[in-house]
Amino acid sequence: MLKTFKIGGVHPAENKITATKAVVKLPIPKTVTIPVTQHIGAPSKVIVKRGDVVKTGQIIAQSSGFVSTNIHSSVSGKVLKIDTVYDSSGYKKESVVINTEQDEWDEGVDTSPDLIKHTDLDAKTITNKILDAGIVGLGGATFPTHVKLSPPPGMKAEVLLINGVECEPYLTADHRLMLERGDELMVGIMLLMKALGVNRAVIGIERNKPDAIEHLTTLTKNYEGIEICPLKVKYPQGGEKQLIKAITGREVPSGALPIAVGAVVNNVGTALAVYEAVMKNKPLIERIVTVTGKSLSKPSNFLVRIGTPVKDLIEAAGGLPDDTAKVISGGPMMGKAVATIDIPVTKGTSGILILNENEGHRKPVLNCIRCGRCVEVCPMGLEPYFLMTLSEKKVWDKAEKEQIMDCIECGSCSFTCPANRPLLDYIRYGKLTVGGIIRSRK
Amino acid sequence: MDKLLTITPSPHIKQGDSVNKIMYSVIFALIPALAWSFFIFGLPAVLITLTSVLSCVLVEWLIQKFIMKVEPTVKDGSAILTGILLAMNVPAGLPLWIMILGAVVAVGVGKMSFGGLGQNPFNPALVGRVFMLISFPVQMTTWPNITRQVVDATSEATPLALVKEGVKGGASVPEIMQTLPGYDELLLGNFSGSLGEISAALLLIGMVYMLIRKVITWHIPLTIMATVFVFTGILYLVDPLQYADPVFHLLSGGLMLGAIYMATDMVTSPMSKRGQIIYAIGIGLITVSIRLWGAYPEGISFAILIMNAFTPLINNYVKPKRFGEKKNG
Amino acid sequence: MSASLIYTIITISSLGVAAAIILYFTARKFYVYEDPRIDEVEEALPAANCGGCGYAGCRAFAEAIVKDNSLDDKFCPVGGNDVMKTVAEIMGLEAGDQKARIAVLRCNGTCEFRPKTNHYEGATTCAIAAMNYGGETGCQYGCLGFGDCVDACDFDALHMDPETGLPVVTDENCVGCGACVEACPKDLFELRKKMPKYRRVYVACRNEDKGGVAKKSCEVACIGCGKCEQECKYDAITITNNLAFIDSDKCVLCRKCVSVCPTNAIIEENFPPRKIKVEKEAQPAES
Repeated sequence: MLKTFKIGGVHPAENKITATKAVVKLPIPKTVTIPVTQHIGAPSKVIVKRGDVVKTGQIIAQSSGFVSTNIHSSVSGKVLKIDTVYDSSGYKKESVVINTEQDEWDEGVDTSPDLIKHTDLDAKTITNKILDAGIVGLGGATFPTHVKLSPPPGMKAEVLLINGVECEPYLTADHRLMLERGDELMVGIMLLMKALGVNRAVIGIERNKPDAIEHLTTLTKNYEGIEICPLKVKYPQGGEKQLIKAITGREVPSGALPIAVGAVVNNVGTALAVYEAVMKNKPLIERIVTVTGKSLSKPSNFLVRIGTPVKDLIEAAGGLPDDTAKVISGGPMMGKAVATIDIPVTKGTSGILILNENEGHRKPVLNCIRCGRCVEVCPMGLEPYFLMTLSEKKVWDKAEKEQIMDCIECGSCSFTCPANRPLLDYIRYGKLTVGGIIRSRK
Repeated sequence: MDKLLTITPSPHIKQGDSVNKIMYSVIFALIPALAWSFFIFGLPAVLITLTSVLSCVLVEWLIQKFIMKVEPTVKDGSAILTGILLAMNVPAGLPLWIMILGAVVAVGVGKMSFGGLGQNPFNPALVGRVFMLISFPVQMTTWPNITRQVVDATSEATPLALVKEGVKGGASVPEIMQTLPGYDELLLGNFSGSLGEISAALLLIGMVYMLIRKVITWHIPLTIMATVFVFTGILYLVDPLQYADPVFHLLSGGLMLGAIYMATDMVTSPMSKRGQIIYAIGIGLITVSIRLWGAYPEGISFAILIMNAFTPLINNYVKPKRFGEKKNG
Repeated sequence: MSASLIYTIITISSLGVAAAIILYFTARKFYVYEDPRIDEVEEALPAANCGGCGYAGCRAFAEAIVKDNSLDDKFCPVGGNDVMKTVAEIMGLEAGDQKARIAVLRCNGTCEFRPKTNHYEGATTCAIAAMNYGGETGCQYGCLGFGDCVDACDFDALHMDPETGLPVVTDENCVGCGACVEACPKDLFELRKKMPKYRRVYVACRNEDKGGVAKKSCEVACIGCGKCEQECKYDAITITNNLAFIDSDKCVLCRKCVSVCPTNAIIEENFPPRKIKVEKEAQPAES
């Protein structure tokens, strides 16, 4: 029996169209738009102004608090303007727009492809380098990584879990990364282990990526303390709490952080970024993005600079098909539908998914037939139908008691509902409101 | 770009299942048992079923069209399903006007008065059946005689009723059993009863189909059967002269029909698996109690209705196991 | 027959007596003293339970008044000054004089003025749509049109206009309770001073984008040009974040700002429909 988490879960059609497509490096765009809020936490503070000349990798916005991070220019050129621009959130965000001139890197960045394996840096220095490089969780949640590496006093990490699950259908960015950048990934994991002071790391990979499991298992022979854990295919296994449960069998208590059970989870993409930041002094200015969809003529995995217009990516993948109904930033289960393709790639953009007219629309909402499937599939053991009703009727105190804040917004409930009810829509609204009430109480 | 992109919150993909598919799967699962009853009872059974389905659909359509003034949703199949279940719960010789009345009560009172599909606290088909049973007890317990594969005008009692009457009359169960159909006949449906209660085997085939299609889970039907088996088994061990054996109880009467198709009605059963098991145990216990000590020979309809009433309470108190819940809490 | 009747009467009566005794002692034991003024104040309130005062209902409001023994920051928008005076008499306090307010929608982004840029299919409430993105048009500040305000209104003072896609306030019904102000995720409603005949002049826009951007997404957006601010002699108009705002406490309804606004973002309502005459009269006075 392969390991997996116990409660709930669904198995959407995988549709990993791009699994065999090697990562292609996209040419540097003419202009990049870099929003200052690409992470969870306080927006970074812009430190350049219009007309400034910046180099690739130079800091353009500084961390403005503990839960915040730096943002770097992804090209070299001139700052055209600082403006508010739509990003994938659907709201206008302050952004730095840079006109590319050439690709001149900031001093000290090692752009050679050589693998560097050893370093004498101590844990503190590694964490600081990660903060300087602006690294955030690249799985999509974009939580600043240095915060995860600094456990609160009295808590100690025991094991580092590396998330190579990629349970979202369609997306293959992490899969390709594990296949093509295995060694760098391993060094990155060693660095994270050092920063945390743990001597064991486990990479969780779902069984539908046998080539990645095999490849990394061979590599682990050269790296002490890293293991591979193949997992059963089940969504949302990439959720932090589900992954910890699947690999270690421990359940993170309601409302607590993973560190409460001695685990720290990082995405494979993050580990690679850590390698580049620490060993090569290269800040987080590019990432792998899967551009996919059934009607797309050339679905691909691209390595792109942060700030590249999504439009360019879609062009490179064969152009926007005529029957497009929806463009999604991220995967189909948790990604965000965007209103326009004139938005930039940010640190959290793991994929661009194009859904056609057949797939991209919601069906009419019917009465709840109380089949209980939402309860069955909820990986947090909640009762989505009930939470939806409570949110609809605005019974916030009861919703809080029913642990609405535990919802991880994986969307399994809405996915499975035979009556097409917008369960997660309402639960998310409830979470937002209840969260506000809890904060105001403090 | 001329075309507007669509925006919805996540998730953006759906599992293929829909309310229609669920309803039609259940109807499909009922077909073998229904066909067998047509074969056994002949034309009257066909007429009863047609009347029941047509009146249920018509009542729902009329109420939605003219009273609730909403787009009729009869296409979702739930009214058809109610109609079939209602027909399977009555004897083949039932006058058609009683059937129509039952359908009106089932859909009109049992379902639409609460707001339609998903809102009703009680299983509509059972509301209809119990209404007919209480209002027209004679017609509802007049079973056609089928002992020689020919539908006869004279009536024949169901095995359960025979046992009950026999025990009351002072006979011991083994004596009565000799006069009754054997287990093979109970399983195949070669005895008298309502349309849907005659063949346990075909009902079980329908259950397997629904389990494979994941329309239902094993929790409710198997728990009911297990409860009935264990409860009657204990009594049988205590006094085999007074009480019939558990296999007889499982195979006779409407237990299979009720456990597989009526108790599992999604609308009126609890949401969580824990709750469903409590609900099913309740149904099993009440059914056996009514069969052995109650006024009626069969009690599954009442048992299900009683537990339907407890469903909101169960939903309120029995929560699924939360992730990260403390072990002893 | 008569015997059973007598037994029944005796049984029922003694049950009644026993219950009365139990009830009496229970009531004595659990008696809680309550200020009688709470009931009096509650009696005086309109019993709309709308929450417009900021309390959970009329009873809670009455309790708060009696508990604090003051009327500071306490006002019943439904009953208005009359009710507050009655309450003040009960409490032996002085009632402050508050002006009646009425809700206005600060968005005029009808389907005609504000073209759609995408198509929303999620749950049809404003709160949920707003959580996901800026809305179906290029303006992220404007009305979403799903009618959360209509649902929030207890006084039947709001309904959606299917042609414009915007909510409309029925002046006669609006009591200024502020439920719509709370409900709107875009903060489009404002409680403005109620003027005679419900006349009002206000900026029907909340767009804080720069002029060009705002104009591009909506024809009648305020572009923050500042012409109205210059025109106003009463200091009622201020411009912050590319957006004009008319203070209803200072505005005297002269309507000069309306005529200078280049995008028709300022709206006048319920004035007599003799526009041409008004302009004719006004012109000689100006020249």
